[in-house]
Amino acid sequence: MSDTPEEEYDDEEVVLSELSDKELVEQMHDDLYDGLKEDIAEGTSILLARGWAADAVLNEALVGGMQVVGVDFRDGILFVPEVLLAANAMKGGMSILKPLLSESGIKPIGKMVIGTVKGDIHDIGKNLVTMMMEGTGFEVIDLGINQSVEDYFKALEEHQPDILGMSALLTTTMPYMKVVIDEMVNQSIRDDYLVFVGGAPLNEEFAQAVGADVYCRDAAQSAELGPIMVHNRRGSRA
Amino acid sequence: MHSLHEPKARVLIIACGALAKEIVALKNLNEWHHLDIQCIDAKLHHRPALIPARLKEQIERYRDQYEKIFVGYADCGTAGGIDRLIEEYGIERLPGADCFACFAGLDNFKALNDEELGTFYLTDFLVRQFDFMVIQMLGIDKHPELRDDYFGNYKRVVYLSQIEDEKLLNAAKVAAERLSLPFVHLHCGYGEVERALSAQLVQRISVYPNHGKKSSHILA
Repeated sequence: MSDTPEEEYDDEEVVLSELSDKELVEQMHDDLYDGLKEDIAEGTSILLARGWAADAVLNEALVGGMQVVGVDFRDGILFVPEVLLAANAMKGGMSILKPLLSESGIKPIGKMVIGTVKGDIHDIGKNLVTMMMEGTGFEVIDLGINQSVEDYFKALEEHQPDILGMSALLTTTMPYMKVVIDEMVNQSIRDDYLVFVGGAPLNEEFAQAVGADVYCRDAAQSAELGPIMVHNRRGSRA
Repeated sequence: MHSLHEPKARVLIIACGALAKEIVALKNLNEWHHLDIQCIDAKLHHRPALIPARLKEQIERYRDQYEKIFVGYADCGTAGGIDRLIEEYGIERLPGADCFACFAGLDNFKALNDEELGTFYLTDFLVRQFDFMVIQMLGIDKHPELRDDYFGNYKRVVYLSQIEDEKLLNAAKVAAERLSLPFVHLHCGYGEVERALSAQLVQRISVYPNHGKKSSHILA
């Protein structure tokens, strides 16, 4: 044993399988924060082996951890690279859970069509929202980048989602969201869908000005608001 | 009253650090002796929402010391944030959405985007700072696997050069290779940056006629 203070404080390697469930979930939150994909996959497998349901692992260990990441990104503690690493780590767990969730026959809590608007090829934020919404239990149809009004409308008609999500990174492309929403109004389908908008240059005022229902500051917030908004909307229509 | 040769009232440009070298070059080239330059850290481009507040600090700090202030930023991802700020003070900024459009010229830039939406642009600044501003700040140095997350949708690199320099050109080609993207070089000089600054300074240039020598470097 070392007698130097520095070495006494060295991190000991954590053996995930020796942790209690509560400790393991907390450790997985830390591992997501640090972008440790292999550890997340291992933690996911351990919880499943202990009898946890796939949706419980997803919600408590993965989505819960990503929400911490989302808050620290919003507060300027984490930056895009760290969020991407956390997202990649989450994918390590999702790849194990997805087949189990499909087999379990659990119905999605809602459906979302999402795409980056016309003229814009940036999709990091959109991809994060897609992942988090899937993690929360939504079926997400990701249209990709550079989506026109026609592309969105075709997808709305085909998939009949609860939510239309639009993303933009550029000041020059974000006004296209209004083009889409105005056309929804023109075609009298605006009230058939919740419209979520997000992207780095957007803010609450912009979302209101273009006629969106929700401004998504980040992916974690989308995943928080998505279920609530869909639930409330269904309730109000029942 | 100010002497014609020692004007006390001056023009200040508060600019993005990404334009610092170019504005200094223009000042020297055109002998804009009555132009002072203050720059804000170019790293703010990774957090554009913070730019208006930093600009406001600088404007407040210098507004009483200068006859005129000009903002050396385009919109730069602030979604009108800079415009709302400068409207308060009645001052102007560079035209367009970003410095790429400024250097290329607004019409040329639109044509480049129309030709290929997935274009990643480099300027002299970004070539010089490629390792830091792109590779390190995006975390690609430590996590090369992130490169495709950032650049997966890009189809080419276009280097909009301000000066003709073989070393910079080679470095730009290396940058494109690091992103595994085809490379295009367009020399466009200082474009709208020079034109906008000249316009801001024209009144003073007419007072000090020897200070207005036009650069021969504009090719755009």
